[in-house]
Amino acid sequence: MSTTELVRETPAPVAPAGPDRRNRWYKIRPKLWHLFLIPFCLLWVYPFIWMVSAAFKSQREMLLGGLSLIPEEWTYENFERAWTTARFGDYTINTVTFSITVVLIVLLASAAAGYALSRPDLPGKKVIVGILIATMFIPHGYTIIPVFLLVSDLGLNNGLLGAALAQAGPALVVPILLFMGFFAGIPRDLEDAARVDGAGYLRTFFRVMLPLSKPVIGTVTLLNFITAWNAFFVPLVFTLGNPDLRTLGVGMYNFFGQEGTDWTGMAAAACISTIPIVIVFLFLQRTFVEGIAGAVKN
Amino acid sequence: MASTYAASRRPRAAGRWRRHAWSYAFLVPAALLFGGFSIWPMIASWWYSFFDWDGVGSPTDWVGLDNFREVLGSGDFWDAFWHSFLFSLAALVIELPLALVLAILLNNALLRGRNVYRLALFLPVVTTTAVVGIVFAILFDPVRGVVNTALSDLGLIDSSINFLGSTSTALPTLIGIDVWKGFGITLIYWLAALQTIPKDIHEAALIDGASSRQSLRFVVLPMLIPLAIVILLLVFQRSLNTFDLVQATTQGGPNYATDVVPTYIYRFAFDPFLQAPRYGFACAAGVVFGVMTLLITLLQAPVLRRQYKAGATT
Repeated sequence: MSTTELVRETPAPVAPAGPDRRNRWYKIRPKLWHLFLIPFCLLWVYPFIWMVSAAFKSQREMLLGGLSLIPEEWTYENFERAWTTARFGDYTINTVTFSITVVLIVLLASAAAGYALSRPDLPGKKVIVGILIATMFIPHGYTIIPVFLLVSDLGLNNGLLGAALAQAGPALVVPILLFMGFFAGIPRDLEDAARVDGAGYLRTFFRVMLPLSKPVIGTVTLLNFITAWNAFFVPLVFTLGNPDLRTLGVGMYNFFGQEGTDWTGMAAAACISTIPIVIVFLFLQRTFVEGIAGAVKN
Repeated sequence: MASTYAASRRPRAAGRWRRHAWSYAFLVPAALLFGGFSIWPMIASWWYSFFDWDGVGSPTDWVGLDNFREVLGSGDFWDAFWHSFLFSLAALVIELPLALVLAILLNNALLRGRNVYRLALFLPVVTTTAVVGIVFAILFDPVRGVVNTALSDLGLIDSSINFLGSTSTALPTLIGIDVWKGFGITLIYWLAALQTIPKDIHEAALIDGASSRQSLRFVVLPMLIPLAIVILLLVFQRSLNTFDLVQATTQGGPNYATDVVPTYIYRFAFDPFLQAPRYGFACAAGVVFGVMTLLITLLQAPVLRRQYKAGATT
């Protein structure tokens, strides 16, 4: 009898060891994910590292090949060649002009429209919002031909303004809905107070409502700036007849077509095209990610 | 009776409109832009597609349904359509589930360095597709490209692979680059969706005795379904309209092996080596593509709606 009790008692101290070992396993297990995550993410970052490294290599070193990511001798020649000979300096200015123009057009048009549509009693409001949302689901990748012809008819096909209008027009839906939602959430009392103080519609909008909407302005600016900077189809079509107006993406496309063997020059050009926008993104990533997330949730 | 009603009604209606005059004025810029560059082109594409037109003067050469007949009978068009569809299919089959797995991993607040991982995966999203496409074309170069050098150094291949230059590998390579490029945005969609699920629900399931995996499978995933449908449609639309990557790297080649519908349209309307643009024909191809896309989306709708209801009730 006593022996059986002894036998029964012996496992008792062992019992905590079980959960303990499991605890250790639970502690290690999340760390094991890093074994998968690190190589996976390296696959995503490698092209960028290669790009930067190649941009500083000499053309001779690039010809010899090899997988080393650290240049034997650092050179800035590639950037000079890309900036002046391949005209990426001009393309940068074009891209900045194009992107800022797109952002200004989108901001002005969508803030105004969003404010007008934020009035719940506006006749025809439902129809307008319905049309806006419906067009989001109709594929419009094929609209480029009529857009091009319309801009030509307006006589704008030889400037970046035409391209900016073509880029901004279809991009209005989400900003309008964002502004509309924001302005609708502001208490009407505020507008009434402004009116009592003698402010008209315009003054109320520009002095009271617009300054309040800074968060939306920030999101819309950032999202559209990045999209416009990276735009390719529209600037490509609109600069076919005018190489002076090429943006960075289109310039890169032509550089690749003409000087396909100048890898270090192209790497430098790729750096010029991507690094500014990556820096903008790094500083404002929270706004950007929240903007996209917000658009999905709605 | 009717006249007095109209008489009493009209001034009030007019006043209603006048009271909102400023609001309508505020709508004008957006209406002009959106109408001109979004709605009008959708209508005009249909109209132009009935003409044989090179863009000089107004379209006068009415050809009825000839352009449509030519598009539908063209093997090249259907090949391009199939390639576009493969881009979408790969995005749905590879990118969507893989991004969900990573989103679940990176949504875990205890995981160290998750912001760094997220940033790394998101980096390609903010860069120009055409530019990174060209960087990849260099990496995949058959002679001195890094990928071929690495593979032959490891002894995995005997002769170099012409990734983008041979008809058998060009399309899978481009699809791979497209998944690489779009992965980050899909990841952000999933993370946003996961964050809409209150933490309490997952924790309650754990307290009720569910394992972490069970809670994920039976509690969290079903709750994701309504947003998953939105994400699916977004990813589908994006990859179906792939143009920048293909145009920048292969322009649809070699031998049309990577041709997608937007590059097909581009070739007939804007290619600088073209003798005369065929706007009418290109518009017809666009219209057919648009209708097909809409049909595919609508075909998905009943299935999706059922899933949506199932997800909403659980």
